[in-house]
Amino acid sequence: MASPLTSSSGAVRRSQLRALGLVAPLVIFVGVTFVTPLGTMLMRSIHDPVVADTLPQTLTLLEEWDGQQLPNESIYITLAEEIKQASSERTLGQIAGRINRVQSGFRSAVTRTARELHSQPIEATRESMISIDSVWADLSTWNAIKLTGQRFTARHYWNAMDLQVLSDGSIGQQPEERRIYIKLFLRTLLVSGIITLLCLILGYPIAHLIANSPPSRANLLLILVLIPFWTSLLVRTTSWIVLLQTQGVLNDLFVLIGLITEDGRLAMIYNMTGTIVAMTHVLLPFMVLPLYSVMRGIPPTHMNAAASLGATPVQAFLRVYWPQSLPGVGAGSLLVFIIAIGYYITPALVGGSEGQLISNMIAYHMQTSLNWGLAAALGGVLLIGVLILYVVYDRLIGLDRIGLR
Amino acid sequence: MRSKRPRVGRIVYLVICASIFIFLMAPIIVIVPLSFNAEPYFTFTEGMLRLDPEAWSLRWYREIITSEAWIKSLINSLVIGISATILATILGTLAALGLASSAIPGRRAIMGIIISPMITPVIIAAAGMFFFYSGLGLGQTHLSIILAHTVLGVPFVVVTVTATLASYDTTFNNAAASLGAGPWTIFRRVQFPLIAPGVLSGSLFAFATSFDEVVVILFMGGIDQRTIPRQMWAGIREQISPAILAVATFLIVFAMLLLLTVGWLQRRGEARN
Amino acid sequence: MNHLIKLTPILLILTLFSSSCGTEEPRSITAISWGGSYGKAVNEGVNIPFSDSTGIIVNVEDYNGGLAQIRGQVEIGNIHWDIVDLEIADAVRGCDEGLLEPIAINSLPDGPDGTPASEDFPPEVQTECGVGSLYYSTVYAYNENTISDVSDINPSTMADFFDLEQFPGRRGMRRVPQVNIEFALIADGVPLDEVYPLMSTPEGLDRAFEKLNTIKDEVIWWEAGAQPPQMLADGEVVMSTAYNGRIFNAQILEQQPFVIVWDGQLLDIGQIGIVKDTPRLQDALDYISFATSAESLSRISSRISYSPARKSGMALVNTHIVAGVEMEPHLPASPANVANALQYDWKWWVDNQDDMNERFSAWLAL
Repeated sequence: MASPLTSSSGAVRRSQLRALGLVAPLVIFVGVTFVTPLGTMLMRSIHDPVVADTLPQTLTLLEEWDGQQLPNESIYITLAEEIKQASSERTLGQIAGRINRVQSGFRSAVTRTARELHSQPIEATRESMISIDSVWADLSTWNAIKLTGQRFTARHYWNAMDLQVLSDGSIGQQPEERRIYIKLFLRTLLVSGIITLLCLILGYPIAHLIANSPPSRANLLLILVLIPFWTSLLVRTTSWIVLLQTQGVLNDLFVLIGLITEDGRLAMIYNMTGTIVAMTHVLLPFMVLPLYSVMRGIPPTHMNAAASLGATPVQAFLRVYWPQSLPGVGAGSLLVFIIAIGYYITPALVGGSEGQLISNMIAYHMQTSLNWGLAAALGGVLLIGVLILYVVYDRLIGLDRIGLR
Repeated sequence: MRSKRPRVGRIVYLVICASIFIFLMAPIIVIVPLSFNAEPYFTFTEGMLRLDPEAWSLRWYREIITSEAWIKSLINSLVIGISATILATILGTLAALGLASSAIPGRRAIMGIIISPMITPVIIAAAGMFFFYSGLGLGQTHLSIILAHTVLGVPFVVVTVTATLASYDTTFNNAAASLGAGPWTIFRRVQFPLIAPGVLSGSLFAFATSFDEVVVILFMGGIDQRTIPRQMWAGIREQISPAILAVATFLIVFAMLLLLTVGWLQRRGEARN
Repeated sequence: MNHLIKLTPILLILTLFSSSCGTEEPRSITAISWGGSYGKAVNEGVNIPFSDSTGIIVNVEDYNGGLAQIRGQVEIGNIHWDIVDLEIADAVRGCDEGLLEPIAINSLPDGPDGTPASEDFPPEVQTECGVGSLYYSTVYAYNENTISDVSDINPSTMADFFDLEQFPGRRGMRRVPQVNIEFALIADGVPLDEVYPLMSTPEGLDRAFEKLNTIKDEVIWWEAGAQPPQMLADGEVVMSTAYNGRIFNAQILEQQPFVIVWDGQLLDIGQIGIVKDTPRLQDALDYISFATSAESLSRISSRISYSPARKSGMALVNTHIVAGVEMEPHLPASPANVANALQYDWKWWVDNQDDMNERFSAWLAL
């Protein structure tokens, strides 16, 4: 930030202001339409006021409740009032859905209760509530209301780590059939690792070939890498469906050349194989391009020198070429890995159920289960992971050199 | 003996490289002939392999150009893509000019904010923007999709233009200034013509981003905002018909045109500087 | 020229604004349906005649069932849907949660024979917010050409669907818990009348998932009703569960060699409902009256093999409008088909859908 001796601090200031003025519209735009939405979405993972806003008096009364025996009569009466009100304001479904995630069967119980309370002008007492649905005689129901009534909560993050808040407030494991997220995160990491490795194995030789070809041929070969890169993702995914499906081109070819029999056609799509093959193809250019740009800078004379000193090609490669290509290997691998762990489209289209990654689970909770808090928590964990990798990338390579696509 | 070994190795190496190139290109090449299939199948029929003219047809192309849904999705893709590109190019080029100034404070933080849409997994971004625009009452509108695509495309403009500016010789500015030109004149007459190829290729990146975007559309778009990728998504998931292979062929040709244009622009930009 | 270039973006944005909130548009409603050949039948049988007679445009959007999208729109406060073609359990749950508008049965037109709507619709299809539309069933089907590659005999019972030894190959199943759980228990030898009582016990559910586990690795999960006939035609699966009408239409309109296995079929009734607080309530009510008239329902029934919910509608169903095939033998309730059929217990699903969804999705993800 050293200013030329000739210019006064006023001039520096002016050019600073001008630069900031040029950058400001975009920074504000990104801030408003991207960073803010992202931040408020992530807030949903720790902040959910719906139950607290809908059942305020019940929750106030429950603060005094000891949790050892059923709450007293007044809590039942208050809750009945608030359920009736929520049902006429159409917010009952929202609280029911939230509590139901902690207490199975709650949604149908509370909607039935609301219906009964509306249809017959009965006195809402402890006894009458329990006679409508036995869920009101269950201590865990009240614990669930209390738990989901917290405006700020870490339970979505516990949930994302296959843990739960038990009724005594301690943290315990989820029941076995609900422990899925750690497995999914691990699967995502594993699959991304496999894809990265495959991209490296496939990308390294061709990057090397391009880097060591005469310019005109290098350009031609580079185009062969760039065409898939620019081609629509959906087109490439469609192609893989065409190629890999049971009656698809590859299976037909295998049958034709006698590799497999007609009834032995391979299941290569709508499973993990489909996800890995299609994603490796989609991400391969992200490996080749950084590798190529590093390899282009490695003088071929080094290998010749090693050979003339008596090194075998393998030795020359391992001792001389590989170490010099490492920056490209690092950049390409990190980039591919980062993109892979957040990938959604390809697994959704060709992955079947076993080829689903964490992004697909986020989409499921966004669109189908409407468990937005959990979706945000899973997204938060994923985002933190990605950001850490980017910091590594930035330290090693520099963020402004991502300029691919 | 030593001279023969490497030659065998070289052949193996070339064969391996060739197979990898086939892996890269095969999915793209295979789809083109299949789009001329006369039958509603996704594989080569015997007639096609015998080159029987009966087995080949343009029926899927006829189907898409007469389909209201596909035409509507093309129009949507173009309206959204072009609007988002214009916004992204203006905002991105201005920002890149600002970032090129050595005087700018906090460059790292600014770059971090600008680049954030590129590095955030798009599923998280789409979810966040879905809540944001729905909250503003802009759910399922063209405007919200255009703004979302703008923010996703703008980092590419910034990165590309920044790279072009890095190779721009600032002595041109000083020379023009010494001849009495004001900053605006310098920009319009000297700097912009020189960085124009970079700006244009950046905007093509932004356009390609929007034109191929499907997650945001899935989360935020309604039936009126269906774009080509969204229509293809439905085509793959729901009503699979070889018509999508015809669309795919169009998109492959389009991608090649984009690629050639960007390549040409980059060479031109290098030649000028 | 230069000025023009500068003005373009501004003009573009202005046009966009004005097109989104500008001139008065013709009256229209958005009706959500199930796409594919059923969606086409509804379009031809209901939507087009409705638009012709009222001038109201019907925008059609497809979905694959469930309440998630309505719940989401209501909670976010951005409601885009007016009319939804629902599964009956969803119609009841949506009503209980206040997502749907109550529809008085008396507001619907009489049958052509003068029977009032409240008697024309059987009591079991009348719900507070939904109006019964068509009886359909979920069955499984196979492709004669591909099954012969894997087995000498053809499948004929629900147990065969789960028999990977006799019939190796992939299966298509809908990516939801309902129907699959019932099918699994039927295939496991549970008598039809014990299926739902068993599902009300934890052991019964464990048993169902245990049975599903035996074929899990071979299943391709479908979401849209149009997928099963496509997957069968492509040979991607050797058999698939499907809505009976989709298979029928592929048989008669595309001459696909599909065979429906009626054993263990699950009979169900569809409903049409209105999303609560739509600004187009009156148009939506008019649409529902029109769409659930005996004439409209029979127009759908002569395009796809589902039968009208109205008693008076059945009298109007004869042959398929294109293929000329007699419809009656292809309907789920036809005597030959109904021999070993299970009636879908939507009340069970009203109570258990959310918990089952959660369990099912966790099971799928593992």
